[in-house]
Amino acid sequence: MSGENVKIVENATCTFCGCVCDDMVLTVDLDQKRITKAKNACILGRAWYAEHYIEEDAPAAMIDGKPASIDEAVEEAAKTLVDAKFPITYGLSDTTCEAQKQAVAIADIIKGSIDTTTSVCHGPSGIAFQGVGESTMTLGEVKNRADLVIYWGGNPAESHPRHFGRYAVTAKGMFTPRGKKDRTVVVVDVRKTPSVPAANQFIQVKPGKDFELLWALRALVKNRKISPNIEEITGVSLETIQALVDKMKNCRYGALFFGMGLTMTRGRHFNSGALIALATDLNEYTHFVAKPVRGHGNVTGADNVMSWQTGYPFGVNFSRGFPRFNPGEFTTVDLLAKKDVDAALIIASDPASNFPQAAIDHLAGIPVVSLDTKATMTSKLAHVAFRTATYGINTAGTVYRMDDVPITLRKAFDSPFPTDEEILTAIKKRVRALKFPKNQAGDKVPPGRASQKEHWKH
Amino acid sequence: MTECLQLAGGKVYDPANNIDGDIKDIYIEQGRIVETPSATPRKINVSGMAVMPGGVDIHCHIAGPKVNLARKLQPEDHRLDPHPGTEQTRSGVGGSVPSTFATGYRYATLGYTTAMEAAVSPIGARHAIEEFHDTPVIDKGFYVLLGNNIFLQQLLREGRKEEFRHAVAWWINATKAYTTKLVNPGGDEPWKGKKNSRVGNIDEKSDVIEVSPRQVIDAFIGAVNELGLPHPPHIHCNNLGHSGNFDTTLETMKTAGDRRVHLAHIQFHSYGGEPGKNPKSASRQIAEYVNSHPNITCDVGQVMFGKSTIMTADSALAYTLRGFKKAKWVNADTECESGCGILPFSYQEHIYVHALQWAIGLELFLLSEDPWRIVLSTDHPNGGSFMNYPKLIRLLMDREFRKEEIKRVNQKAVKRTLLNELDREYTLNEIAIITRAGPARALGLKNKGHMGPGADADITIYDEMEDKEAMFNAPRYVVKSGNLIIENHEFRRDYTGKFLHTEPGYDASIVDQVKPFFENYYSIEFDNYAVDDSYLHDHEVIASSP
Repeated sequence: MSGENVKIVENATCTFCGCVCDDMVLTVDLDQKRITKAKNACILGRAWYAEHYIEEDAPAAMIDGKPASIDEAVEEAAKTLVDAKFPITYGLSDTTCEAQKQAVAIADIIKGSIDTTTSVCHGPSGIAFQGVGESTMTLGEVKNRADLVIYWGGNPAESHPRHFGRYAVTAKGMFTPRGKKDRTVVVVDVRKTPSVPAANQFIQVKPGKDFELLWALRALVKNRKISPNIEEITGVSLETIQALVDKMKNCRYGALFFGMGLTMTRGRHFNSGALIALATDLNEYTHFVAKPVRGHGNVTGADNVMSWQTGYPFGVNFSRGFPRFNPGEFTTVDLLAKKDVDAALIIASDPASNFPQAAIDHLAGIPVVSLDTKATMTSKLAHVAFRTATYGINTAGTVYRMDDVPITLRKAFDSPFPTDEEILTAIKKRVRALKFPKNQAGDKVPPGRASQKEHWKH
Repeated sequence: MTECLQLAGGKVYDPANNIDGDIKDIYIEQGRIVETPSATPRKINVSGMAVMPGGVDIHCHIAGPKVNLARKLQPEDHRLDPHPGTEQTRSGVGGSVPSTFATGYRYATLGYTTAMEAAVSPIGARHAIEEFHDTPVIDKGFYVLLGNNIFLQQLLREGRKEEFRHAVAWWINATKAYTTKLVNPGGDEPWKGKKNSRVGNIDEKSDVIEVSPRQVIDAFIGAVNELGLPHPPHIHCNNLGHSGNFDTTLETMKTAGDRRVHLAHIQFHSYGGEPGKNPKSASRQIAEYVNSHPNITCDVGQVMFGKSTIMTADSALAYTLRGFKKAKWVNADTECESGCGILPFSYQEHIYVHALQWAIGLELFLLSEDPWRIVLSTDHPNGGSFMNYPKLIRLLMDREFRKEEIKRVNQKAVKRTLLNELDREYTLNEIAIITRAGPARALGLKNKGHMGPGADADITIYDEMEDKEAMFNAPRYVVKSGNLIIENHEFRRDYTGKFLHTEPGYDASIVDQVKPFFENYYSIEFDNYAVDDSYLHDHEVIASSP
């Protein structure tokens, strides 16, 4: 049985959440193809590793629910995408940057849309960023310097369990040698979450009143008057707000972390914009930073790859032969619910299980190509479904932590299934060949049609 | 798919080989320039055209964490400047911070074939290299930010010069950088740790780290010269943009003594006047010092009117600029190493300070006596996009055009400069020096910037035109590593381009010193920090000569 053929992988990276902790020590049973121990992992990470197993018997590719060879499936996927008038590519936040790059290339060639799970999580923070900017940092700065940490609209104790210990609350750093004793921690939320016990202070805001509370804080930071009814409006007393303002202005290095309690409630990008603006304003008095606490393991990588390849972080459309950005128009839920798209390439995501019903209904009616590590609601309705290797466990590659720090993954053991990158590269080659039949040499290609010169100069 | 080519009958400008407009055939084989090819070459008639080595940009910001933040920040900058794809090339967007693909293609359309990203934090090195993979045609490398590295400053405080040198070399190897970059050395700690304050003069010691900027500058110049890196420390002096900063610039140059050093975007560091008041020009003092010190190279960082994006590891400066126009602003602190500030900006002809900056840049070009040591740059995109280079070349080559342009800007500013008295016109040969031969030499790139046998076949061929802006805006042919990329103004193929880096030697035991610091104060594991070789695709190690 086990114990004979065991391998230890040090400094492995857990890609379960946006913390992307890279200090895992994995014990791998190579015979069983299981990870038997994940030292340093949190409760979520332990489950991520413990529940990972390889369904050896599952087919690597299926067409209409029947097993197919990978080559056949690649060909059928490419045809499906090229034949579509308006294909969309979606997902991407649970795969490597290397795979994400291939996905953007495909969308560019087939002139479709491409969007990531950002559009249903911190997309509003991305929009707020475009409007306001952001004073921000890598997580090590919080560990080393922050003497005031505020969590707003998030519950890291359950969603990012190591955020406290590794980066922001009990972490000991250069100017915070005593960890928690050297900082003040505040949680602002609509309910008393399991994160509250880690904080020195809990401020309970009325549901849907985050913007009002943030705006009141901004006003008081600038010594303006605010409504005498502020407690009635937000549920927080003027004294409490003023005391928080004093704390913020007088700290040495303040950090505001925010979650989907801000971005996915009424107000959306106004909420995150108000919070970022508050952090910016505070820089007139002290050093202050803000950071969205991102969810998926490589959603930040998806934002980065999309931005460097297209100029925009999500919600991009190539139908005119160049990238355009318009959240609300080119974001996936909207495109599906409006029945705009006629084919979909879904990568490492399961929209059929978590999108609004109208969007799922349309998805079920169009040809879908899916890539996932296991059977999902989406793969079940897919025309072509690939089963791929799990990133960070069965593949190497690059991921970006929530603070844009890139980290290289270490493969723990081999999977019989191909990687997302391999499948997407193969689809890209076939798509290119079908789209440009006279020009098949791939990236380094012989003379072809004239470039559209007038656009090159400005 | 490199070709055997004969570029026949062109006027060749190859200043490194003392060829100034001679009619001469150039032969290319297997990506290099050869005396005589072994096979029958494909002949391209380039008579009546100017043949030059491919352009080399010694200082620009085109890849890495801060560049990508600036891209994300400005959808409005991209949407009016789309960059359509073709069957050969990927699509993208332009504006002052183009997408990676558009960056590579647009450099190529100006005849530039090499560009160096001037500031990448060590922890962001992997990101920069990933973007380089997607930056086509050009060869590229980056300078790694070490001037505010806390560990290195601790070594300096303790006087451990030897270990300092080994650690610098370790960091260059670990990040696959080309050389070291200092930005506002010593300025991060007051910014991050003392409520957004800044360093005034370079002898002021940080009360946390107890090291002055001058000590940092001196130590890096010493270490990098001892390591024999092909390019010396690339320095963004303290007090960028502040009135009266020319003193700091002179002191920084004096610290170098007769050792090699490169001063970045020196225009931004040539201001007289009182701090806090309107600047004056101090270009004469700066140009005189540079002229009389052959150990110094610099690039200008010319300001060009119109849209720009401020992006700098000098976070305090970006915050100061944000004070002028309370618009969107990014600050991003990088643990133990660096940080950056970003904001959209525009230079306007009627504004005194902007016109003065524009004039000071031109003064520096026109007052400098040795074209080999002053490099054309706009500190892209800080002074303006690299797409402004053709217009800048015309300003230098065409006195009448310059006079017309001078009339359009704030006259109060012009009167405070020597610009109206400077009649110099750059020749084509001098332009070939400040855009190619000079920067290649300053970078220690022996196979670039010239067209002697053995050189990289990076060649640009322009139609000779009276209007130099039109001429440099659209080369008829661009050859990269022997591949004909642009032919009759059309892209013929895509090409990845090489990644250039250095591998200075060091004592491996230095790792034992770095590691404990790292484990205490960084938030990633030491073993996951260095960029491994899997990130190298087409690359070239440029040799160090200690």
